[in-house]
Amino acid sequence: MKTASYFRSYRLVPYVFILPFLVSFCAFYLYPLIGTTFMSFQKILPGQTHYIGLENYRRMFSPDFARALSVSFQYTVYTILLLIPVPAFLAVLLNSGIKRLNSLYRAAFFIPSLVSVVVAGTVFRLMFAASGRAVVNSMLALLGSKPVDWILGGAWQAMALMVLVAVWRWTGVNIVYFMSGLQAIPADLYEAAEIDGAGAGRRLFSITLPLLKPTIVFVTTISIFGGFSMFEESYIFWQGVSPNNVGLTMVGLIYQKGFQLGDLGIASSIGLVLMLIVFALALAQLELFGFFRREDR
Amino acid sequence: MKKLSAVVLVLALIPGAMVFAQAQTPLSLWTFQEVHLKYYQSMAEKWNAEHPSQQIDLKGEVFPYDDMHNKLLVSLQSGSGAPDISDIEVSKFANYLQGDIQLASLNDLIDPEKKQFVQSRLALYQKDGKYYGLDFHVGAEVMYYNNEICKAAGVDIDKIKTWSDYIKAGQQVVAKTGKPMTTIEVTEHWSYYPLLNMAGSDVIDANNKVILDSDTNIKVLKFLYDMIYKYKIAVPTPGGFHHSEGYYGFMNDGGAASIWMPMWYMGRFTDYMADLKGKMAVRPMPLFDGSPEVYGIKSKFTSAGMGGTGTAVVKTSKNLALAKQFLFYCKGTKAGTVEIWKQLGFDPLRWDVWGDKAMKEPNKFTDFFQNGTAIFDVLLKVKDGFNTTNVGGNYPAIIDSVKHNVMFQALSDRSKTPEQALKDAAADLRK
Repeated sequence: MKTASYFRSYRLVPYVFILPFLVSFCAFYLYPLIGTTFMSFQKILPGQTHYIGLENYRRMFSPDFARALSVSFQYTVYTILLLIPVPAFLAVLLNSGIKRLNSLYRAAFFIPSLVSVVVAGTVFRLMFAASGRAVVNSMLALLGSKPVDWILGGAWQAMALMVLVAVWRWTGVNIVYFMSGLQAIPADLYEAAEIDGAGAGRRLFSITLPLLKPTIVFVTTISIFGGFSMFEESYIFWQGVSPNNVGLTMVGLIYQKGFQLGDLGIASSIGLVLMLIVFALALAQLELFGFFRREDR
Repeated sequence: MKKLSAVVLVLALIPGAMVFAQAQTPLSLWTFQEVHLKYYQSMAEKWNAEHPSQQIDLKGEVFPYDDMHNKLLVSLQSGSGAPDISDIEVSKFANYLQGDIQLASLNDLIDPEKKQFVQSRLALYQKDGKYYGLDFHVGAEVMYYNNEICKAAGVDIDKIKTWSDYIKAGQQVVAKTGKPMTTIEVTEHWSYYPLLNMAGSDVIDANNKVILDSDTNIKVLKFLYDMIYKYKIAVPTPGGFHHSEGYYGFMNDGGAASIWMPMWYMGRFTDYMADLKGKMAVRPMPLFDGSPEVYGIKSKFTSAGMGGTGTAVVKTSKNLALAKQFLFYCKGTKAGTVEIWKQLGFDPLRWDVWGDKAMKEPNKFTDFFQNGTAIFDVLLKVKDGFNTTNVGGNYPAIIDSVKHNVMFQALSDRSKTPEQALKDAAADLRK
């Protein structure tokens, strides 16, 4: 009798509800994090693992590391610059006008995120091939441009390709976030503004954008995480080996060191440093947006 | 009554059938090549027919190249989940020879017949005198000519013996047809590595020291540079490397007059460049004869054994002895190596089968190439001229660096001279 009432008590129930999260957090985040921390101080070989102090951290800072950090950083900046205004604008458009037509467009924007990256990669590689007969280059030819060697051309072409794939893949997903943010804005605010004589532009800047701020903060945060953990967009073009490392990202570097070259120790140390960098950036961004400020101040 | 006896009979047979099924020993196998698995499966059927008391139930799985090597490395490091037998590509093999080696030594099977094998190809997978892997093929470097283009340009491919002959022929092809003589990889190592090997050099020495920036290596890279920019007989490979969709399309349309790649590249022609059927011819590589075009490099080597897949047995396998025997049956016996040629079109590891009658029987490879049934005569000509290759120590990282730094910087965007590119890469690797 006593146990039954204990299980019905308010003290226990909350913990039961958050248990699934706690279990998955411990199994998939906390345990790997602790494991990685230990591994970052080890030299790991089959059957022989020993501690080597800070050696992995010392060897980690190479030109490759600098290159990867710069690629990941640039990629994150570009994707944030594109993947927030564009989907927000599209979401505003999709949230008005003819409903039925809009759901068609919504589906069309969302489909790319469901396509296998490997399949998309093959198609993108063929579209952006260096030959003058490839799709993109033949379109450029119509505009009077010479064929561009996209995949092997150099740093800016490579960055353009990766950002393009990201925009193609994630626009639809971000639209969903912004749509849900938009739908949470009460319609009477717009009505009141309209009665007060506010035009469409005024309503956008004075009602829609301020009230979308939580969504923008959220999307920016996940874009920072997403940008620094980017791997596939680069992998589909160069399979991990890009000329002059134009496509080498931080996670690509971890993959290269840990799996392709079998050095899990150094890969762990890079992973931890990457985590600290992303953590710091996300905190700075949230502070900038006033996320930690108390509402009542 | 009849019904009853039938039921009894069936019931009586079930345990027998079960015993028979249990007698099949399961062997798991990982590979990164669909065609390899098909080969192993056909060999497992043969094995079961020949060994009624030692039946095998081969459970093969094909993974993408990177996935398979990563999975295997992690499962060997963590000590669980590895298969009984696995393919390991040669440029990755050194990763698996670190620490306490988790692969089984194959010496007891190889040693008695060691002399019949091309030695340099056995040595690839050995450490401290123990063999841990067995390859499919020699991977002899050969020249594939598009003889249609060569003939149109008035070039007799049988007269090309040295690199200076090759350059002259190339200039003739360019002048007469407007097509490049060849393509040179700028994001992989298959154009450069065989040539430096044939020039008598390597990227790593026998003590695993980095010698990527050796004098000979610099000269060979300069020679590749000259072919593109000085003699103008070569172009950087469309798509960057000879396994790209871009290259297959280019070559299939008669884009270039020749390409040097290992023997196993034949399958890429039959599968991806089908329009070249009947136009391609296989010939020995041009030689380094000390001429000024090759910066005075003179070498006795007539070919190079390139690439490869060392199949290994994992030490913790529950059926270690059987797994080893089956592996040797597939890749080490005379009958097995003949099958490798017939089914896969690879030049087998045992040179004692190269002259065998079975090698002249028509198959899809002999049909594809001009004078295809004489392909192994080309190999017999170069048989004694293989240089060794060292693939130990830091080899995977060195090849990576050649792929994404050296080739591209020296030959494509020309941000560095060949010498600078090699020196910078070597300095970075020595850290």
